[in-house]
Amino acid sequence: MAEVSCRKVVKEYDGGVQAVKGIDLEIADHEFVVLVGPSGCGKSTTLRMIAGLEEISGGEIWIGGDIVNDVPPRDRDIAMVFQNYALYPHMSVFDNMAFGLKLRKFPKDEIKRRVDEAARILDIVPLLERKPRALSGGQRQRVAMGRAIVRNPKVFLFDEPLSNLDAKLRVQMRTEIKKVHQTVRTTTVYVTHDQVEAMTLADRVVVMNGGIIEQVGSPQELYHNPATRFVAGFIGSPAMNFLPCRVQDGRNGGLALRVTDKITLPVPPDRQDRYGKYKGREMVLGIRPEHLFEYHEQGKPNWTRVDLPVDVVEPMGMETMVHFFVDGAPVCARVDPATHAEPGEMLPLTADLNQMHLMEPDTGRVV
Amino acid sequence: MADGTSVPVGVMQASRPAAARRSSMRRFAGRRSTMGFLLALPLILLVAGFVIYPAFYAIYLSMLNKKMTSFVGLGNFAFLLKRNTFQLVIFQSCLFAITAVVMKALLGFILAHLMHNIPGKNQRIWRGLLLVPWVIPLALSTLTWWWMFDPSYSAFNWILNQFGFANVPWLGVGWIARFCTIAVNVWYGTPFFMIMYLAALKSVPEQLYEAAAIDGANAVQKLFFVTLPMMRNIIAITVLFSLITTFADFDIVRILTAGGPQDMTHVFATYAFQVGIQSGDIPLGASVSLFMFPILAIAAFFVLRGVTRRTKEIAT
Amino acid sequence: MSATTMDATKRAAAHKHKHSLHRQRQWALWGSYIALGVFVIMFLVPPFYTLMTSLKSSAEISAQSGSPWIVHHPTLENFWYLITYPNFQTYYLNSVMVTVVTVVVSMVISVMAAFSLARMGFWGSQVLATGVFLTYLVPASLLFIPLFQIVGALGLINNVWALVLLYPTLAVPFCTWIMIGYFSSIPKELDEAALIDGAGYVQILLRIFIPVAMPGIIAATIFAFTVSWGAFLYPLAYLYTSNQMVLTVGIISDLIRGDVFQWGKIMAACLLASMPPIIIYAFLMDYYVAGLTAGATKG
Repeated sequence: MAEVSCRKVVKEYDGGVQAVKGIDLEIADHEFVVLVGPSGCGKSTTLRMIAGLEEISGGEIWIGGDIVNDVPPRDRDIAMVFQNYALYPHMSVFDNMAFGLKLRKFPKDEIKRRVDEAARILDIVPLLERKPRALSGGQRQRVAMGRAIVRNPKVFLFDEPLSNLDAKLRVQMRTEIKKVHQTVRTTTVYVTHDQVEAMTLADRVVVMNGGIIEQVGSPQELYHNPATRFVAGFIGSPAMNFLPCRVQDGRNGGLALRVTDKITLPVPPDRQDRYGKYKGREMVLGIRPEHLFEYHEQGKPNWTRVDLPVDVVEPMGMETMVHFFVDGAPVCARVDPATHAEPGEMLPLTADLNQMHLMEPDTGRVV
Repeated sequence: MADGTSVPVGVMQASRPAAARRSSMRRFAGRRSTMGFLLALPLILLVAGFVIYPAFYAIYLSMLNKKMTSFVGLGNFAFLLKRNTFQLVIFQSCLFAITAVVMKALLGFILAHLMHNIPGKNQRIWRGLLLVPWVIPLALSTLTWWWMFDPSYSAFNWILNQFGFANVPWLGVGWIARFCTIAVNVWYGTPFFMIMYLAALKSVPEQLYEAAAIDGANAVQKLFFVTLPMMRNIIAITVLFSLITTFADFDIVRILTAGGPQDMTHVFATYAFQVGIQSGDIPLGASVSLFMFPILAIAAFFVLRGVTRRTKEIAT
Repeated sequence: MSATTMDATKRAAAHKHKHSLHRQRQWALWGSYIALGVFVIMFLVPPFYTLMTSLKSSAEISAQSGSPWIVHHPTLENFWYLITYPNFQTYYLNSVMVTVVTVVVSMVISVMAAFSLARMGFWGSQVLATGVFLTYLVPASLLFIPLFQIVGALGLINNVWALVLLYPTLAVPFCTWIMIGYFSSIPKELDEAALIDGAGYVQILLRIFIPVAMPGIIAATIFAFTVSWGAFLYPLAYLYTSNQMVLTVGIISDLIRGDVFQWGKIMAACLLASMPPIIIYAFLMDYYVAGLTAGATKG
């Protein structure tokens, strides 16, 4: 087991395209770190550089106190789980898991012991004699993980391992992965484009975009204190609403955010100082759907009532998502399923502005 | 916590110590490509030694006189073009290749469609039987054909006699002999076309036919608006492939007629053999086979284009 | 009430329509079977006639009494003659020897080259891949005259080893081409997984690629076998004594002496010589077909 660190790591392809633009990342021993971001953000490239499958164009990668830039994958003592599992189709499950050990000339009984143990952890003992094509997607996924576990490597690398599974199985395997990590405690780097996966699995989440790291933090941190508009929009489902607004003087001497001619929202008292210096500037207001809900007379007194025309209603059972347009910008609110909302009708809404975020429109920085 | 945002400066600093390491990384990549080259080396040597070198050597040979003592430039080619026999050879080669390929393509297409009509589980046995002509070595099956065309024992003539027709001198009269060589080639090559077309037919998605049926297309319209456009590429590749091999065919003519009667069935390959090997005029023989080159090159160009296009189709 | 009768008539009409559709399909099916049957008969006439003639004695052939299409007094004397005929044994052994060596050499060369071209790109590897395909399109009859000179310079005229040298040029390009196709279809993650598992390139080739691409290997092997077993031009041009000959030319030059055609023996020899390809074909038809179609669809 080991820590992993990336120092100013750059990946540049022929022709000067930079996929990874110099990232710094320290991963502690036993930690489960998830790299998340949209496709093409450089997360897979970063993982593959840690694995040694891609050359590192600049910077250093350390695994367990050694610089590994020039170390071929087989000597890095890592194991990787691929999106399409990459099981050897001509080998039985047992041989698939034993292949790495055989190549490393482990004694036969040791191989058997390790494979059996991994199979027990993953609950695939009855499958050991089968060929991969006789397995279901979830079972293949387990075998791929088993292949990683038996090697007992310093680091586990996962490259979108659940993308090929159907939604139900994905949730199940997600729990499975977490359980395995709790058992073996191996340092893990996990790449996904699915923020829910990232949030549920990670000790720390690394949000990447355009070849750089936007933010590193615990799932809670990212959710409550996103550093940039990108992170704010990427983490959380449904995505955060963004509304252009202007910071100006409010009614009772405080600040207010003017969204449209009709909608002006008061800034909560504890944020007056923070936003004071942006007075008179055009900003972006970010608020999550779960912090927009139907207005009640008996609600908190300073919550402003805003009436909006309903565009689309999506009942989800536990809650109902209602979509509106505010000056052409789409807005989504999460309301109580008991609320009566019909397309075209006006719905009174209010916002929990203590949960709002204010961003600079040009840099996307959350202030 | 926006860690990596101030990166560009960092990159500049990092690239300097990394520069020293880059050479060793490049060596690693270099090893890989050296290894790749070594693995391909036997192939390169084989192709260079027994294909490319002989090709250029053929050009050199074709410019010598019969005793290979002096350089005659394009004299051999000029000499050949003026000879009546060689003009016949050009005509016959084209006739042989084009007629045979057209017949094979048509019959293969019909056969593939017939096969496609019958249930999948029965296709195997029919396919097995229909492929037999392609499986028997051509030189050996041509011997049987020769025997069936035999002037005094012809089994075909026996059938004709039963119906009251006179004997046909199968290989003894120019045009009939030409027909016979083509017929043998069609017999031999049709299964190949059938297999290729059948594979192509199976790759046409069934929904397209269903969509066409709902749009009101009848069988003929389905053939012209769905099947043929979908198969166009593979038809083109197969025809060109076959054109090359048929054009360069040697076995059939050599065994069946050896070019006769009166050189009326000679094709490039057999004529080159007769001139170059049997009569010992190596330069003239080399010139004869080189005449195939332009036609083959054009066909090869189109095949290659078709293959690349098809590869792209599969990729997308 | 009128509505129910109308429904009934409609249903009857639909039923009738369905019936005729079914019958139409049935006719098309039977038509296909009949047409296919005609083709099969036409295609199988020569092999059938080969078999019939091979079972006839010379006397029966020359007597010309009755139908030549059936054998009246079947005998195995032709086969017995060939099996005990030393020359024929030599041809067979030569053919087997040449073919085995050619297949092994060709497969080694093309599997190595295909692995390199499919996975280990080096400078000019793209050009080489295209070149390999073009080489496949170069027919034997284009190069046999300069090769005659080259073979002569190597002192291999009338030496069966000349074929071992030359046959790979006929087999390797196509084998490489289809192996490139098969290898390229193996997902890249598989070699990456093997790399991480600790395999080197040679191990990846031997333990992953060759087993996974086994159908392709079999198809290519069958192709190499067919080519070298049936080649006719090279042995005809370069061999002239019977101790060096292979089957395709040996049968013709040995069993046809001047004007004397021993057709019974020739046909029996053809049958014996066609046996290996036909046996391989009978057992591995699917691979055989895959190899045939691979040229245009793979790579």
